[in-house]
Amino acid sequence: MDYFLGLFLGGLTRGSIYALIALGYTMVYGIIELINFAHGEIYMIGAFTALIVISVLTLMGMNTIAILVIAGVIAVVYSSAYGYTLEKIAYKPLRAAPRLSALISAIGMSLFLQNYVLLAQTSDFLPFPNLVPDFEFMEPYAHIIGSAEIVILITTAIVMILLTILIKFTNIGKAMRAASQDKTMALLVGINVNRVISFTFVVGSATAAIGGVLIASHIGMINFYIGFIAGIKAFVAAVLGGIGSIPGAVLGGFVLGWTESFATGYISSDYEDVFAFLFLVLILIFRPQGILGRSDKHKA
Amino acid sequence: MLKLQNVQTFYGNIQALKDVTIQISEGEIVSLIGSNGAGKSTTLMAICGIVPPRSGEILFMGQPITHMEPDRIVSLGICQVPEGRRIFPHLSVLENLDMGAFLRKDRSQIKRDMEYLFELFPLLAQRRHQAGGTLSGGEQQMLAISRALMARPKLLLLDEPSLGLAPLIVKRTFEIVRKINTENKTTIFLVEQNANLALKVAARGYVMENGRITLTDSSENLLANEGVKKAYLGF
Ligand SMILES: Nc1ncnc2c1ncn2[C@@H]1O[C@H](COP(=O)(O)OP(=O)(O)O)[C@@H](O)[C@H]1O
Ligand SMILES: [Mg+2]
Repeated sequence: MDYFLGLFLGGLTRGSIYALIALGYTMVYGIIELINFAHGEIYMIGAFTALIVISVLTLMGMNTIAILVIAGVIAVVYSSAYGYTLEKIAYKPLRAAPRLSALISAIGMSLFLQNYVLLAQTSDFLPFPNLVPDFEFMEPYAHIIGSAEIVILITTAIVMILLTILIKFTNIGKAMRAASQDKTMALLVGINVNRVISFTFVVGSATAAIGGVLIASHIGMINFYIGFIAGIKAFVAAVLGGIGSIPGAVLGGFVLGWTESFATGYISSDYEDVFAFLFLVLILIFRPQGILGRSDKHKA
Repeated sequence: MLKLQNVQTFYGNIQALKDVTIQISEGEIVSLIGSNGAGKSTTLMAICGIVPPRSGEILFMGQPITHMEPDRIVSLGICQVPEGRRIFPHLSVLENLDMGAFLRKDRSQIKRDMEYLFELFPLLAQRRHQAGGTLSGGEQQMLAISRALMARPKLLLLDEPSLGLAPLIVKRTFEIVRKINTENKTTIFLVEQNANLALKVAARGYVMENGRITLTDSSENLLANEGVKKAYLGF
């Protein structure tokens, strides 16, 4: 039973990271119908930024939790700036162009950002310190779930709640939904759609950066390529849940996390990465709109 | 109040508006009639900054708005109920109305305006938490007009409000258009294929054919005009 529970919570942790990254894919797709292939790189840049900040602050001898929070905040700001700029230079000029052009631009930006970090930093794996101490109150449960995982779960839950409030109740959130349903009508009621799109990139990048910092500190190392594999998996999660649907991205993340966790636990860890792609193929064949996706979304 | 001067608009290489000149004074109801594909919707989209003219000029209260961003144009007091109404389908009735008031900051006044509209359209009040897409055609029409009114427009543009609605609802719609004009002193520019209806509510009108204004006169004279009768009134 403990083994099962361990796998369940492990899958939940993993899934919540996928969900954090998938949110960015799904929000951007919801509003401009573009798969932002460079999204994984934004997450990777978040992790690198955090590592640099952590190295500096550790030298200054700060408390580890404080370091993690500060590094997280700076990573969020930095990644958001990248996301914002990415949209302005690589996607906005192509808004009226055929969709394939923007997609190619996205792939190009993904490769560019990978190589940029490769050249500016290194091609080696860099150790990423685990800054979450083992909480004493967690000791009795340590064989089921670690302190780092608890921190990930709680942080994800907080981010999701804040995001839900933002999208459901604030003016900018309502404007995001309005623009994703009918851009021309959104313009006609006076919504500055360009600003809403920028805002969407900023929010999506911020959640990706939070995911990046959490996972890097959990796994313990990063390199320029981590955005690619995490990006693909989060993309699968987004498609699985129904691309464009925010609850769908979260659900898709969890389903993928659990599948990977149980499959590794009960079958074999050799096939861990296979499941994401297996899922992608199956979902595209049998339910292309995803679990919670709406097939009616794309009207005029 | 509104002035279009020699406006030319293109979709790619296809010219949709040719040398369009229209003038509307404050407090008027003016109609624009023409058959399908004449360029009526394009005229309204040009005014709202969605399809900016390639040449010519659009003035609103003396100010050029020809190349202004759509949100600036709304903030000056121009609002459109577009063809097909375009209710945000997955936003609730309340949220649709909120979006109508997107650029306003006066919260208490917004609330009062909403109450006023709910009194005018009790059905909308009943359905306030329902998604816009689940409303009937007639209800969507009321919501579309209400959403536009939430912006407190000085000039209201209506694109084929009678399209696809039952006669009773069409009648009600035109009553409301008249009421908005007399009570709120809102200027109205009404686009219609149904010339009979449009010319009854408007004092004067323009006739558009293939992107050109071919005729303009008082509604009375247009209704009596042989060409208009043949082409748009069906007798
Ligand atoms: N988005 C568009 N792209 C290309 N052509 C368009 C577009 N919208 C309208 N048109 C063309 O412009 C002309 C005028 O259309 P429109 O303004 O919708 O006419 P109306 O509202 O009078 O029916 C038509 O020939 C139509 O095919
Ligand atoms: Mg039309």
